Amino acid sequence: MEGYTFTLLIPLILFATFLLIGLAGGKLKPIISGITGVVSLSVVSIISYITAYDYFFVNGKVDGVFGKIIVYDAEWLRFTDSLFIKMGILLDPISVMMLVVISTVSLMVHIYSLGYMHNEGGFSRYYSFLSLFTFAMMGLVISTNIFQTYIFWELVGVSSYLLIGFYYNRPSAVAAAKKAFIVTRFADLGFLIGILLLSSLTGTFDFVELTNVNGSAITAGSSVLFMGLSSMTWALILVFIGCAGKSAMFPLHIWLPDAMEGPTPVSALIHAATMVVAGVYLVARLFPLYALSAPVALEMIAYVGAFTSMFAAIIACTQTDIKRVLAFSTISQIGIMMVGLGVSGYAAETGLGFTASMFHLFTHAMFKALLFLGAGAVIHAVHTNEISGMGGLRKYLPVTHITFLVACLAISGIPPFSGFFSKDEILVAVKEKDSFLFYFESIVSGLSAFYMFRLYFGIFWNRNTTYEHTPHEAGMSMKIPLIILAILAAVTGFIPFSEFVTSDGIPFISHIHWDIAIPATIVGLIGITAAFIFYKKESDLSDKAAASLGGFYNTVHKKFYIDEIYIFVTKKIIFNMVSTPVAWFDRNVVDGTMNGIASVTNFVSEKIKRFQSGQLQQYAFVMVTGMIIIIALIFYFLKN
Amino acid sequence: MENISIEHFLIVSTLMLFTGIYGFLTRKNLITMLMSAELILNSVNINFVAVNKFLYPENLQGQFFAMFVIGIAAVEVAVAIAIIISLYRKVRMIDVEKVNEMKY
Repeated sequence: MEGYTFTLLIPLILFATFLLIGLAGGKLKPIISGITGVVSLSVVSIISYITAYDYFFVNGKVDGVFGKIIVYDAEWLRFTDSLFIKMGILLDPISVMMLVVISTVSLMVHIYSLGYMHNEGGFSRYYSFLSLFTFAMMGLVISTNIFQTYIFWELVGVSSYLLIGFYYNRPSAVAAAKKAFIVTRFADLGFLIGILLLSSLTGTFDFVELTNVNGSAITAGSSVLFMGLSSMTWALILVFIGCAGKSAMFPLHIWLPDAMEGPTPVSALIHAATMVVAGVYLVARLFPLYALSAPVALEMIAYVGAFTSMFAAIIACTQTDIKRVLAFSTISQIGIMMVGLGVSGYAAETGLGFTASMFHLFTHAMFKALLFLGAGAVIHAVHTNEISGMGGLRKYLPVTHITFLVACLAISGIPPFSGFFSKDEILVAVKEKDSFLFYFESIVSGLSAFYMFRLYFGIFWNRNTTYEHTPHEAGMSMKIPLIILAILAAVTGFIPFSEFVTSDGIPFISHIHWDIAIPATIVGLIGITAAFIFYKKESDLSDKAAASLGGFYNTVHKKFYIDEIYIFVTKKIIFNMVSTPVAWFDRNVVDGTMNGIASVTNFVSEKIKRFQSGQLQQYAFVMVTGMIIIIALIFYFLKN
Repeated sequence: MENISIEHFLIVSTLMLFTGIYGFLTRKNLITMLMSAELILNSVNINFVAVNKFLYPENLQGQFFAMFVIGIAAVEVAVAIAIIISLYRKVRMIDVEKVNEMKY
């Protein structure tokens, strides 16, 4: 469609920036690379805002529906007449929303990094990777077909790997980067099989065709059963495995806490606000398929999400590294988004869960990015990640203190901050579907209030630690993003989201359900109060509580030993049971055959090398004799 | 001329051929071995010309072949003599049994 062609600039500018900083970065002054990154991101943000404005307000609804607009779709790779891959730009409510989220958070992180990273080496490398990541993420959300999504999905994974391993001379960072890459790659295997199965059932990669409610894709593959589930359900479950890997759902969550080895702004951008919600985004993208042809898969998503959110929230209460607390909180919040999607129906008001989930994605991106950037400012000031090394910082870091508090209130669901509205909508949607999940998720939201305020009080109140260097507030480049994000985290809740983003594109008006909002807020306040009692002042209450829980506390503190189980499975079972025999077979049978052939050849040639005597006349004699024998044979046989 | 038939030519050439082979296999001096090789080639030449003369008098291919063989033999001699001379310069002898550097 005309009018949106300029959106092509979004990926192109970002890719050009990546190439420019990446190739010329070594020769530029570091600060020039940084400024280039910030400027190009600003331009991209402006284009994204214009796109969103045009989409929602200027062109608006057609027949009361926010439609899917294919701006551009070019053939990229053709294998056969029916099998080809396209690249293009698809605009619909969720992709436009993601454009806004990604460009905003990425711009904030770019600006923040100017201050945060200025003493680090590899400044240009850092900015080129950031541009690569933003490019890949943008390409992912505007994909017109699932294969394009897959390509950018992997690019996002690679840039995440590169940025986690940014401090490549630190072994723990290298290990974390490897872990993140391998775990997500492993999940992507499921995703790839899912794509292949899905496209073989429906005969298309295209999202518009796949999600067309009246199209053939919805009913395809529903009659072929495998182990009691239709093949479409299997395909969608496999796709969800890919989503679970990227979005750190249990049991594939193990990479995310370790990914905090990367620079803090990277954690804010990739591992809190954008990349990890790619899984949620993909489920939302294929939502009509999930809702209409595979309700079983959707139910599974709801339960996986619910379990993950509770599991991660419990672990978050015991961690002492502030970035790890935030990482587990991210896992928990993404679990809540998955629950929102999982309980949602398709169309209008029954699709409230979908809207709520996207709403939570939006608000979560803002306040979680803010939390990470705030944590970065704290780490920058006190040079440690451990909560025990902090305390009483409110006097030294007033701006960080206020913005962090805003973010904590938002995540705890206290009105009028943004988290309150989105969480309320999710809880309403969950209540309609399943009251057990509703109580479950209410506990999770109470826990999230508790662990966030544990962090808040632990950092900014509690004991008055004496610091070697007096902590001081960071420079303007770090303060401004904090303030902007704090404003966004405070007010984005007032966006009437259901009038823009809905499961079928038809807007509806949603209200705050006070009968659910008030108990939810009270649960949040209970969590905050508990944190206040335990951590406001320096006391041994929390240690006593931990001691009274005994073994359970230790289990939680060790993250339920999931990492140890993984290591046990890989080392003891896979390596010992499978790899060792395979290696033995390779060394002895495969290599043995080859070595045997070589040594036999060697032995024989050692024996017969005497024939090569160097006596010219001996050779001539052998030749003549041979000739005579051959001639004799020819005569003999010709005669018969 | 009437008395000399093709068999006479073939007998002479066969004798020359085996003389050449015998010489090539038994003589130790490289120069004599070269001469033996010339004998073999010339026995072939006699065969060519004789067969041409007696069996296909209307054609000339046999004689032309003989010319070619003579030409190539001349070249071969030049190369062989060059090798022998440089070998002599190197090891001061041309005894083929003692020159066995090129073994295993």
